[in-house]
Amino acid sequence: MASVDYFQRQARWRPLEFAFWACTLLPFVVTPNYLALASQIAITALFALSLDLILGYAGIVSLGHAAFFGVGAYTAGLLAKHYVAEPLTGLVAGAAAAGVLGYATSHIIVRFRHLTLIMLTLGFGLLLLEAANSASALTGGADGLQGIKVGALFGFKFDMFGRTAYAYALAVLFLCFLVARRIIHSPFGLALRGIRENATRMPAVGAPNRAHLRKAYTIAAAMAGVAGALLTATTSTVALDVLSFGRSADVLVILILGGAGRLYGGMVGAIIYMVARDQFSGMNPQYWYFWIGLLLVAVVMFLPNGILGGLSALHKKPQ
Amino acid sequence: MLSTRNLNKSFGSLVVAQDIALELPKGVRYALIGPNGAGKTTLINLLTGMVRPDSGEISLGGEDITALAPHARVRRGLARTFQVNTLFPRLSALESVAVAVLEREGHAHNWWRNVARFSAATDEAQAILAALKLGGVAHRATRELAYGQQRLLEIALALATRPRVLLLDEPAAGVPKDESAELFAVIAGLSSDLTVLFIEHDMNVVFRFASRIIVMVGGRILVEGTPDEIGRDARVREVYLGRHARAA
Repeated sequence: MASVDYFQRQARWRPLEFAFWACTLLPFVVTPNYLALASQIAITALFALSLDLILGYAGIVSLGHAAFFGVGAYTAGLLAKHYVAEPLTGLVAGAAAAGVLGYATSHIIVRFRHLTLIMLTLGFGLLLLEAANSASALTGGADGLQGIKVGALFGFKFDMFGRTAYAYALAVLFLCFLVARRIIHSPFGLALRGIRENATRMPAVGAPNRAHLRKAYTIAAAMAGVAGALLTATTSTVALDVLSFGRSADVLVILILGGAGRLYGGMVGAIIYMVARDQFSGMNPQYWYFWIGLLLVAVVMFLPNGILGGLSALHKKPQ
Repeated sequence: MLSTRNLNKSFGSLVVAQDIALELPKGVRYALIGPNGAGKTTLINLLTGMVRPDSGEISLGGEDITALAPHARVRRGLARTFQVNTLFPRLSALESVAVAVLEREGHAHNWWRNVARFSAATDEAQAILAALKLGGVAHRATRELAYGQQRLLEIALALATRPRVLLLDEPAAGVPKDESAELFAVIAGLSSDLTVLFIEHDMNVVFRFASRIIVMVGGRILVEGTPDEIGRDARVREVYLGRHARAA
C-alpha cells in the first residue's frame, strides 16, 4: 500500500537523470576531437562510482582503491597480450580478478574503522604497487606493460579518434550504473545505508554488519576492476601508475568533490576534475594541482555534501 | 525465558557485574533499578552481547547464547533499545524500521530487487510505526523527528525484530514527565507474551508499570521481588529509596 508507493518513489527515475545520460552522448557531435578525454572521464566516473558504493553507501573510507583498478587493468592487459585480444573477455576477467582480491582483503578490512581502516587500505595499495613494480617480467615494471593489441569490439576497431573507445566506456559505465542503482534501492542497499548511518545500531536490529560489508567491498572491487580493464582496452597500455597512491587519492577527491552517497557524485566530480586537469595542465602543467587543491578546500568547507549536495540543497529550498 | 548464571565482568579493578543470576519468565514486566553506576546498562550490554562477560552463562529460551554475536542474539528474539538515541539520522522512520524487518525476514542479502517488491515487510514496518503513533511521520528523516518521537522509534526498531525478550534502557530518558507516562502506556500495551525489562529512575513509573523489580547496587543484584516486597525492603530503602527520598 502506502509503504510500497514510498519505496517505489525513492527508486523512480527523475527527469534530470534522463537529461544527464542524454548529455553523455553530446561529445560524439559537439566535441568529436575530445572523445579520448571523454572516455577517460567515463572510466574515471566508473572508478568513482565503485568507490561510492563502499564510501558513500557503506561508510568504508579507502585510500587504496586503485589496487582493484590496477588489478583489473593488468589482468585485461596480460590477457590481451598473451591470449585473447577481444576486449570483453578482458573486462570480465579484470572484474573477476579484482573481485577475488576484494573478497580476500575484505575479511581484514571490515574488522576496522576510521584511521586504522584508511591506513590498512593505503598499506594494501602500496604493497600491490611495489609487487607489480618488482614483478617486471610479468608487468613490465616501471616501463609499463607494452605490446598489448586490443582486438575489435563487435567488429568495431578502436580508432584513433576514440569513437569506439568512448562508446564502449560509456556503455559499460551506464550498465554498471544500472547495477549500482539496483543495489542501492534493494534491501541490501538499505542495510548498507543503515551501517553507514549507525554501525552500532545495526547488530541490534539483527544485521550481520561484517557480512554485508564484505559483500559491498567485493562488488565495489569488481567494479573498480571493470574500470581498470576499460582503461587497458581504450589505451592499449598499462602503466604502473594504475596502482599508484595518486590514483587512489584522486578518485577519493573526485568523489568528495562531486558528492558521496548519491551515485551521480562521482560522475560530476570526474567531469569537473578531468576537464579541469585537461585545461589547467595545458596552461600550467606543473601547478595544476593548486587549482584542484583550492577547489577541494572550497567544496569541503562550504559544500560538505559535495557539489551535487549543494545543488540539491539549493533546489529544495525554494519549495 | 531469559536467564543468567554467575555472570561476572570487570573493567580493570572495577567490578561492574558480580555473580549475576537472573530468571526472567515469559510475559513479566521487570523494572531494573539502582543508583547511577550500579551496572544496569552494563547488564543489558552483557545480555545482548555488546560486552563479553569474563565468566558465566546466558541462555534464551533454554538455548545457551553466551558465545553468540549481538546480531545472532537478536535473531533469536532478544532485542534492546538504547539510553542515548542510537538511530539512523538520515534514513526515514519507515526505512529504519524496514531495515529491521527485512533483516529479520532474511531479505537483507537481496541486492537485486527493489525494496518495494517486499511489500509484506514494508507494510509491516508501516504498521509498527502506526501502532507507536509514528504513522504520520513515517516518511520524515529520523533526524527531523521530535525527540519524543525518536524515543518511540527506538522502541519501534526493537519491536521490528519481533523479540521474545525486550530490554529497554531508560526508554523515557530526557522525555518530560507528562510525555513519559504516554511512553510507558505504549510499553504497558505490548503483547503479554513479551518479556520486558526496563531501566527507569522515576519510582512512580517503576511501581506503576513493573510487575517485578530488580534492584542492583555496585554490580550485584541486591534483591528481586514484587513492587510491594521491594517497597518494604529495608536494604532497598537504605541504599536506594531512602537516599532518593531524602534528596527529594
